[in-house]
Amino acid sequence: MNLAIVVYFLGWIMNLEALLMALPLVTGLIYREADWVYFGYVMLALATVGYLCTRKKPKNELFFAKEGFVCVSLGWVILSFFGSLPFYLSGAIGDFEDAMFEIISGFTTTGASVLADVEALSHSMLMWRSFTHWIGGMGVLVFILAIMPLAGSYNMHIMRAESPGPSVGKLVPRVKTTAKLLYIIYFSMTVAEVIALLIGGMPLFDAMCASFGTAGTGGFGIKALSMGYYDSAYLQGVVSVFMLLFGVNFNVYYLFLIRKPKDALRCEEARVYFAIVAASTALIAWNARHFFAGAWPALHHALFQVASIITTTGYSTVDFNLWPQFSKMILVALMFVGACAGSTGGGMKVSRILIGVKSVYNELASLVHPRSVKVVKLEHKAVEATVVRSVNAYFVVYFIIFAVSLLLISLDDFDFTTNFTAISATFNNIGPGLSMVGPMGSFGSFSPFSKVVMMFDMLAGRLEIFPMILLFLPSTWKKS
Amino acid sequence: MKIIIVGCGKVGMTLAAELNKDGHDITVIDKNPYAVTATTNNVDVLGLVGNGAVYNVQIEAGVAGADLLIACTDSDELNMLCCLIAKKAGDARTIARIRDPEYSSEIRYIRDELNLSMAINPEQAAAGEIAQLLRFPSAIKIDTFTRGRVEIMKFIVPEGSVLNDMRVQEVFSRLGRKVLICALERGEDVLIPSGPTFMRAGDKLSVLAQPGESMEFFRQVGIENNAVKTVLMVGGGKITYYLAKMLEETHIKIKIIEENADRCNFLSDALPKAMIIHGDGSSQELLLEEGIRQVEAFAALTGFDEENIMLSLYAATQSKAKLITKVNRIAFDNVVNALKLGSVIHPKRICADMILQYVRAMQNASGSNVKTLYKLTDNGGEALEFNVGKDFPGAGIPLEKLRLKNNLLVASINRKGKIITPSGKDTIEEGDTAIIVTTNAGLLDLKDILA
Repeated sequence: MNLAIVVYFLGWIMNLEALLMALPLVTGLIYREADWVYFGYVMLALATVGYLCTRKKPKNELFFAKEGFVCVSLGWVILSFFGSLPFYLSGAIGDFEDAMFEIISGFTTTGASVLADVEALSHSMLMWRSFTHWIGGMGVLVFILAIMPLAGSYNMHIMRAESPGPSVGKLVPRVKTTAKLLYIIYFSMTVAEVIALLIGGMPLFDAMCASFGTAGTGGFGIKALSMGYYDSAYLQGVVSVFMLLFGVNFNVYYLFLIRKPKDALRCEEARVYFAIVAASTALIAWNARHFFAGAWPALHHALFQVASIITTTGYSTVDFNLWPQFSKMILVALMFVGACAGSTGGGMKVSRILIGVKSVYNELASLVHPRSVKVVKLEHKAVEATVVRSVNAYFVVYFIIFAVSLLLISLDDFDFTTNFTAISATFNNIGPGLSMVGPMGSFGSFSPFSKVVMMFDMLAGRLEIFPMILLFLPSTWKKS
Repeated sequence: MKIIIVGCGKVGMTLAAELNKDGHDITVIDKNPYAVTATTNNVDVLGLVGNGAVYNVQIEAGVAGADLLIACTDSDELNMLCCLIAKKAGDARTIARIRDPEYSSEIRYIRDELNLSMAINPEQAAAGEIAQLLRFPSAIKIDTFTRGRVEIMKFIVPEGSVLNDMRVQEVFSRLGRKVLICALERGEDVLIPSGPTFMRAGDKLSVLAQPGESMEFFRQVGIENNAVKTVLMVGGGKITYYLAKMLEETHIKIKIIEENADRCNFLSDALPKAMIIHGDGSSQELLLEEGIRQVEAFAALTGFDEENIMLSLYAATQSKAKLITKVNRIAFDNVVNALKLGSVIHPKRICADMILQYVRAMQNASGSNVKTLYKLTDNGGEALEFNVGKDFPGAGIPLEKLRLKNNLLVASINRKGKIITPSGKDTIEEGDTAIIVTTNAGLLDLKDILA
């Protein structure tokens, strides 16, 4: 374990966070709120520590997969720690564990909140809260890779550890250019959404917060009613379309950019993703039709909710907690599916499910024809055996962590639906669940211990489990 | 530039690493997924698993917009096919590794017909390097610049030499020779020496001089240099064949020990002047019988690195012959360099260097581009020859007023055929060629020497 280089990277993360805090600080100044100073203090602290860590590049530049994982997981923990300080110091959120929960929920693009009254927060706090979604959506280290003059073998290890999906590829030969391209796509789509919302008459501040939440597939609303506050089919429609778009594998957009629309449209994962969305929307609209005034409102709200849950955003237009059981179960199932690999969404990812289902099918076929040989294919290509293996391992670890977390938070003695959906909403980075943690509820009533469990789940969910688990393996820290 | 490399062996991987450092966008193709993963894990390049000679694979690798395709798989035919298809599919220049002697004899025809920009034969290149060393056995390595008018030679400072404990700046005043000490290796360190740097016995020095000058210099510092008259080679592979062919025209007596009877017959047929011995080259009796104690040069050129190293170590105990050891694997450079193996020849490194040189030269034909590039040491020292173009901002300014990068030396300037060993008052002018010695990798343009 080469700690020196890990510390060096962590220093850069702190420098970057100091820079990013300028946005809420400026917001505070614009709205003449007193709590901008807390951002100033934290920025100063970050910049000092960051400077000390990055003053000199360590001589030992050995950097392997292990260092990549540790950099990313520790980086996210540190990011969250400093990110929570403005909330805590300003007293906007009284308890430290609540502040941590809120900010981890932000960075991991979960959108689960412990706040009973969101609208009581100041503009700068709301901006920081939503902005963390945007930062966390594409990844902090990917951003560092895009802007920093770092060459060497480490960048691929970092990218692999931070980007979601069963196997991570590059768009172009260089990691730096790839990271840049991803951020350019991300940034332009966010701007497009802000503009679309402004056209619909949403105020700029709201439009920015809503877009950050959509782009990172986070879901922190700045109103108690979430998107239900904006009683406009246009605004809600824009948000549902963009949620769906941010849930698509960014490779598809790259293919459009380099004018290969045919290849883009052939993307198997995106096709399955849209098929799932269409089917779920139709079923929910039919099942919950009595709640709405007609077919169109039913379809509109069903689509919004489906898009919000499958992309793991977590916005809501209505309280779907009141919907019929069948519709709710579809939403719960979608929580696990998640968005496409290589998008900003969470969950298990469509491609992983596809690989899993196909390898199960192959297993079944080999029961009937014991000597048959079949490879798993995805995107018209054979999936390497190592990828299939890691997908299977992922499923196993996923369910173990899920079960253990469920067991741990059941100490609080809430009902099963609350517990089950609370874990699936945090572990899959969605936000709202059902019952007590439904779209109109909050996570505030859980005990501090349960909150810590869910904080771990959120980080593990965002970083796809393995980097977080490696932190707890003794062999990771051994000197080799 | 966009470069596609087919074949992720040692050559492919070395090229990918070096070219990536120079700032090119590289895609590598190999059939073996493990080779591709190994490369993409270590170097920031895009990997593609597949047969590089397949049109669709090349298209996926982006051959249509590529500037160069380098085919360096271990099959000559595959390499040629790759280049042929790349020519049809896009507008890239192509470089192929072609090593079979049967093809080499008609390499010109192949190159023209396949429209190759370069056909490289690592074994032939290695043989060329050995032949040069045999003509000047005291040097470990010889690189020539400016069409042979300037040489950089590497040698070890012998015990008891006048150079021992001499400062670099004193060389001219005490020996009266116009030579330039441009790199000094001590253990694993490489430094570009400045005036006050001391030289010690055992240091490996790279010295730049004009050919006549270097002979005298070597005599003065206590290095005997007589061209080799007899050479004993163990192993009758491709390098041996090429080397013997090259030496046939000289008066050097050649003896080749080869284990395989058929190969012996072939060599005897192809090399009428050489003496071919059929026997086990690793047998001490046979080596003694064939006069290992008397030969002036001994070359271990079998297919096994370990055997070559053992043979050379043994030869060192038996005679004072100039030793040449072929080592294929580059991986254990530092270990190999610590042994007394004489000149170590890495055919793959030579091959990669030649391709690198070509790529750097084609980079910007208009600017102050690299004409030739030589790796002086295995861990970073390079000598580069630049054409000085119009855009060089330091033209006409005395060198002492230019702010040059650290670890960098303007070693020689060639002005219309006149070789200048520059002092602080000299200038670099448009139209010159300048030789720069540095340990900073990735110099692409002459203006990169400015800090």
